Amino acid sequence: MAIQVDPRCLYTKTHEWVRVEGEFAYTGITDYAQQQLSDIVYVELPEVGAQFKKGEVFCTVESVKAASDCYLAASGEIVEVNEALIERPELVNQDPYGEGWLVRFRVDDPADLSDLMSPEDYATFAAQEEEAHV
Amino acid sequence: MPQKTLLYERHLALGGRMVEFAGWLLPVQYPTGPKVEHLRVREAAGLFDIDHMGQVVVSGPDALPFLQHVMTADVGAISLYEAKYSLLCYDDGTVVDDTFIYHLPDRYFIAINASNNRKDTLWLEHHATGYDVRIENVSEKTYMLALQGPRAQEILQPLCEADLSILAYHHAVETRVAGIPALIGRTGYTGEDGFELFFPAEKAPTMWETLMAQGAPLGLLPIGLAARDSLRFECCMPLYGQEISAQTTPLEAGLGWAVALAKPAFIGREALLKQRLEGPARRLVAFRMVEGGVPRHGYPVIIDGAPCGEVTSGMYAPSLDAFLGLAYVPAAHSALGTEIGILIRDKPRRAVIVRKPFYTPAYRKG
Repeated sequence: MAIQVDPRCLYTKTHEWVRVEGEFAYTGITDYAQQQLSDIVYVELPEVGAQFKKGEVFCTVESVKAASDCYLAASGEIVEVNEALIERPELVNQDPYGEGWLVRFRVDDPADLSDLMSPEDYATFAAQEEEAHV
Repeated sequence: MPQKTLLYERHLALGGRMVEFAGWLLPVQYPTGPKVEHLRVREAAGLFDIDHMGQVVVSGPDALPFLQHVMTADVGAISLYEAKYSLLCYDDGTVVDDTFIYHLPDRYFIAINASNNRKDTLWLEHHATGYDVRIENVSEKTYMLALQGPRAQEILQPLCEADLSILAYHHAVETRVAGIPALIGRTGYTGEDGFELFFPAEKAPTMWETLMAQGAPLGLLPIGLAARDSLRFECCMPLYGQEISAQTTPLEAGLGWAVALAKPAFIGREALLKQRLEGPARRLVAFRMVEGGVPRHGYPVIIDGAPCGEVTSGMYAPSLDAFLGLAYVPAAHSALGTEIGILIRDKPRRAVIVRKPFYTPAYRKG
């Protein structure tokens, strides 16, 4: 299956996307990640106001077969969580870059974002991962 | 190296995601995803490659007394062409494996778990001393497919010489399917009506293609291991290594109905009789999550703040749209309605003990 990449986002090696808007950023899991997980049945969201360091687990996405941790791409405070996922976790499968976003957070230091991949680099990276998986 | 079934290339071509299970490479799901696959079996039909399962044939003059000695079920009460669930137990009453025994005119045909294929065969051979029996493991030359779901008969009948409308639940027939000699059991591991087919291994691609072509217009989908697991789980059918094992007895697992303690002797009887009289110290219970979270195999059960058991299977159940599990708990805390906690990522989440099964099999709805 073709892997969709959103040109407005930056990407982690752990398959999260980050869309920066001023001092805040939305984050979620990539199309590749949702394809690998398959049917997502539960999303354990953090509390609004929770603080995480770059690389810490901020959320767990559970598919039929496994629980998968999500890592925050930059240190910061959670300012909003996608409450629609409580009733409809499948939104992560259906629209990973849109309605399936996980949280919005305040980015403490934009330098944290400097090691993220561009959409082009991530597309290559994910394609290689997929190749290795099969 | 894990083994490939003869349909490995077919699964790849269908977009199956291959994983290792019990030493075999099998599709955990196809591109439709496990939820759709699960629901399709409940609503229409699904085809499962389950060639990893093992089969043993027991024949000879002492076949019946031998099986009465090793099996928990009353094998003598299995009518000709009937199929019955039975366990093999150790002396201490714990479980070697769970099996399905088919009584055929000249032999008993026994379906066993992939993970226990070799162990079971050695166990049977070991206990055959003094019995005039022939024990043959026929797994390699026998292929096993399962066709399950309310439309299974409609799909299979046009290809099958036998009249399936008179084939009763848990009965078998030796016939031909697409010209291929096959043993068909009206049996399965999904809680739906359906069939398990045993036939010569080299015919696997032909059989698979014929069934898929016949069934596709009726909604037939190939089904992976993930949906196989959720289908059996909703019906609370045990999986070896989870609900039953060498650490658990059938009575603890709620499988007393498959243990014929009235038989004069069989391996494990004394231990099981003692446990029946004393009552098992722990029991397998079904629970439903009250708080959010997905219970999974191995998660601790918390009662009164202390760990006192473990989840054997747990997941999102597609047919019930709920988070459900099976767990061993102390018998004193096993009553329906008991509130328990499931430790999910170090946080106790509330759950309540509910009636088994979660999903009543179609053939029991009457």
